[in-house]
Amino acid sequence: MNYYDIIVWILNWLRVYEPVNSFLEKYGIAIILKLFIIFVVAVIVLAFVALTVMLLTWLERKVFAHVQARFGPMVTGWHGLLQPIADGVKLFFKEDIVPAKADKWLFTIAPFIVFVPAFLVFVPIPFGKSLIVQDLRVGIIYIIAVSAISPIGVLVAGWASNNKYSLLGALRAAAQDISYEVPLALSALAVVLLAGSLSTQDIVAKQQDIWFIFLMPLGFIIFLIASIAEMGRIPFDLQESEQELVAGFFTEYSGAKFVFFFLAEYAHLFAIAGIITTLFLGGWIGPLIPFLHPEISYFIWFLIKCYAVIFFAMWLRGTVPRVRIDQLLGIGWKVMTPLALINLLLYGFLMALGVI
Amino acid sequence: METEQLMINMGPVHPSTHGVCRFKLIMNGEIIRDIIPVIGYLHRGTEKLGEMKTYLQFVPYTDRLDYISAMPNNYAFVKAVEELCGIEVPRRAEYIRVIVMELNRIVNHLVAIGSWLLDLGASTMIMYGFREREKVLSLYEMLCGARMTFNYIRFGGVRDDLPPGFIEKTREFLKEMPSRIADYEALLNDNEIFLMRMKNIGYISAKDAINIGVTGPTLRGSDVDYDIRKLQPYSVYEEFDFKACVRKEGDSYARYMVRIDEMRESLKIVEQALNNLPEGKVVSQTPGIGTYRWAPSTVSTFFPRIFNPPKGEVYSRVEAPKGELGFYVVSDGTNKPYRVKIRSPSFCNLNAIGTMVRGLKIPDLIAAFASIDIVLGDVDR
Repeated sequence: MNYYDIIVWILNWLRVYEPVNSFLEKYGIAIILKLFIIFVVAVIVLAFVALTVMLLTWLERKVFAHVQARFGPMVTGWHGLLQPIADGVKLFFKEDIVPAKADKWLFTIAPFIVFVPAFLVFVPIPFGKSLIVQDLRVGIIYIIAVSAISPIGVLVAGWASNNKYSLLGALRAAAQDISYEVPLALSALAVVLLAGSLSTQDIVAKQQDIWFIFLMPLGFIIFLIASIAEMGRIPFDLQESEQELVAGFFTEYSGAKFVFFFLAEYAHLFAIAGIITTLFLGGWIGPLIPFLHPEISYFIWFLIKCYAVIFFAMWLRGTVPRVRIDQLLGIGWKVMTPLALINLLLYGFLMALGVI
Repeated sequence: METEQLMINMGPVHPSTHGVCRFKLIMNGEIIRDIIPVIGYLHRGTEKLGEMKTYLQFVPYTDRLDYISAMPNNYAFVKAVEELCGIEVPRRAEYIRVIVMELNRIVNHLVAIGSWLLDLGASTMIMYGFREREKVLSLYEMLCGARMTFNYIRFGGVRDDLPPGFIEKTREFLKEMPSRIADYEALLNDNEIFLMRMKNIGYISAKDAINIGVTGPTLRGSDVDYDIRKLQPYSVYEEFDFKACVRKEGDSYARYMVRIDEMRESLKIVEQALNNLPEGKVVSQTPGIGTYRWAPSTVSTFFPRIFNPPKGEVYSRVEAPKGELGFYVVSDGTNKPYRVKIRSPSFCNLNAIGTMVRGLKIPDLIAAFASIDIVLGDVDR
């Protein structure tokens, strides 16, 4: 089961699927229905993620504010809940400035190169037993591959802005992403080793008895740190460190293009939280909530775990200073990568010996 | 690896230079070879203004030197003039002065540590610091109506007696503050990233620090026990039990710890001062200066004309939160000073930045620069 099947099921329940399908099949264009359903699935996922992202921007401000003994947004709506909408409206009405010396074509395309992969990552993330776009057989590889596209967009943005701060920020982001991609992939690989499958649903199913966080705490810590570095959040927000680089690679961006970077950032946060939940926190597994359809119960469990990870990232932002760029790369290559390798080796041995 | 030397300009408008300070950095790749501070962007000619204004009129200008901690500035100038004229100060006034100055030291260190952490990317500490600062500022507001530029300390005393409720509110603050400081320490002291950015960054040896003329927490962080409140006690500091906070390491972390310790010591001093606060007048009526009855509306028009200190010169120094603040005042017997020279701690401490950051990287420059804790109003005067 996945979203596609669910929609087919709903259409069947409404008794429209069969007639439409047979009607289209008569002309040999049944693929149109399939494409339509896929389109609907994409819209649903996009809308859900976009709404979550809006909520996250609000949540980030509130959590960050409360950590700092402030209130955060309070005026727009209940406890400032409508603040993301106000921000969005404001940003979309802003003038879309392209610097005179910028590379216009690249400057325009860059936000989308960052934005699209951040949403594509959601394809193999299971929100429930059947709430998944597509349970890919190469799920983990797909996630790592797709999320590696974003740095290209960042580099393009930095280069196209024709601004030294942007370029420095972009280069830092690239260096950072490359350094932390390695431990990230290696610790994910250890999970694959444990689960014996690359498919995200299989990995979740393997955690029915014990979550991988308890089986492999070191791997979890490495994955968590590496993914926070990958997102470029404090303490690893070197790519946009205000005190050094103004706003990093999106210094020159304003208005709607800035919105896309902003959305991508939070979509990335949500995606990473989803991936951590799937790989280490048992995904949608949890005790069934009474009086609810199991599928909804799974979904709620998934969201609870997801938001726990997100809350941790926000909490961290309020607690620690930023590392230095050489320290960041030093940690990445000298500590995290060897540890991730040791972790992989250790669990390889344990698997071979049949301990786990 | 030797690469081409590169000159980078940092500032004057930069989020981490704490005002309008500019650095010329001679870089070798990422490494700072040399650093040349360029100052003067906030120059307002305060010293020259001192020659143009009468003695009392100059007191508000001292507020604008180190605007984070204006009370000690007020006091330093007033003390110089008092020494020049030999004005007696009532004991109650001295106690009040000590209370407000030590509260100001706490405020200064809160802002120093907060903005420092902000430069390092941790924006929580400044919010915490400002939360407590707000309490002190509202105390000051009770006291003199102003929150930053107080103009409170007067020749021969202070402007107003403590308002009703001030002592209780101060005691509340004293009761609350130790747990807050413990909070800061819990947040920062063992924070691994904080230590990475602080330990062995911006090192300055005791010898270098003395040669350059560094004072205040920056000097005490380098294992030099130099606190004017102890060495050359002024006001009523002799009567209080406190210690000069000294650290051995000489790096940014040591300076941070000195500031944290000093906040505790200041709390101790304020507490003792409140407990032993004598009764009496808060401003003296010194013969020879002209007797006057204190009244806020009349004094500004009537007092300056008759205040003519005797001929002479005086250098007087106090331990301001940022270091040694000295006023050199020359009087020619008229109602205006002949010359006012300000030895400001920020200016002298800024000289140490070169020694601290040569061979480090730019992010370390930001951390080390913040650890000196300067205010550009104090540097440029």
